[in-house]
Amino acid sequence: MTEFWVYFTARPLLWIVLTLAVFMFSREINRRLGGSSLFHPVLISMAILIVLLVATDTSYQTYFEGAQFIHFLLGPATVALAVPLYAYFDRIRENWLPILVAVLVGSPFAVISATIIAWAMGAERETMLTMAPKSVTSPIAIGIVEKIGGYPSMAAGIVLVTGMIGCVLAPWVFRLCRIKDAAARGFAMGLAAHGFGTAQALSMGALIGAFAGLAMAVNGLVTAFVLPLLVSLVSV
Amino acid sequence: MLRGVLVLLGCQLLGELFVVVTGIPVPGPVIGMLLLTLALVVAGRAVPAWLKTVSDGLLSHLALLFVPAGVGLMVHFELLSREWLVMIVTLVISTGLTMAVTGWVFQKIMRSRGGEHD
Repeated sequence: MTEFWVYFTARPLLWIVLTLAVFMFSREINRRLGGSSLFHPVLISMAILIVLLVATDTSYQTYFEGAQFIHFLLGPATVALAVPLYAYFDRIRENWLPILVAVLVGSPFAVISATIIAWAMGAERETMLTMAPKSVTSPIAIGIVEKIGGYPSMAAGIVLVTGMIGCVLAPWVFRLCRIKDAAARGFAMGLAAHGFGTAQALSMGALIGAFAGLAMAVNGLVTAFVLPLLVSLVSV
Repeated sequence: MLRGVLVLLGCQLLGELFVVVTGIPVPGPVIGMLLLTLALVVAGRAVPAWLKTVSDGLLSHLALLFVPAGVGLMVHFELLSREWLVMIVTLVISTGLTMAVTGWVFQKIMRSRGGEHD
């Protein structure tokens, strides 16, 4: 039995199959729990796989030798975000001014507020760098964290938790700040809470959803350019 | 479908090349996304079916692609046990404020231009 296990753990295929199976199982659990973002399939998958790896005394490195083939697809998936971005092109042209100003204010605000709060609470440098792109959609955030020297492996979790927090806070924030405009609501949700915010916005209406998706794409783009520059300026 | 795969990976490769050549600290795939958007805008037509099939396929299973990186959390147990509170507080305050500021600015400018989108 041990020999069998050793044989299989040496093969990357096992970890690809396991990741896929665990993810499908987690999606089913999430569906039965009413699709709540508190029990997001990715979070459940992470929990199950981590328990499995710890229980079988498998290192993350061994797991990643297989799982990297799934991870690799994040690259082309990021490029594929161009397709929905292009779909919003007419709306971008119509509303270019509020979009431009909101993203030029919102993107740096997301990054700087997270960094300052974390710094004020005494977080370590790597923790701050990992949290800086927290509002950016995961594939881009992971890429940014790899570039600026945080923990890419923690970025995915942080981005997910940010998305959940954003969905919970959105109705309160909009009421408190009297944000009534559908386009403004959508844009704020997409910018602060990426794909999670976009998914929730879509359930509130097509226009809100479109602006959320647009905000997610534009914020990812702006942060990818601004954050590495900010970091290189600050650390000189 | 193969054409779609080729275009996505080709754009990513061009993006990575661009990053290496210019030395700008931006993820290569983000440049690839820009290049593809630009190409679509220049072409000015509906997204061709062979590209849409592949990109929709990837994007509809995006969540799965985060799992391998997410499991990497296991390497950071020690850091998490030390800093989880800082992280949660930071994320809640920063996310709430970002949403408020962004939405407020957007609404302000839209209304000052006389646009109503209720």
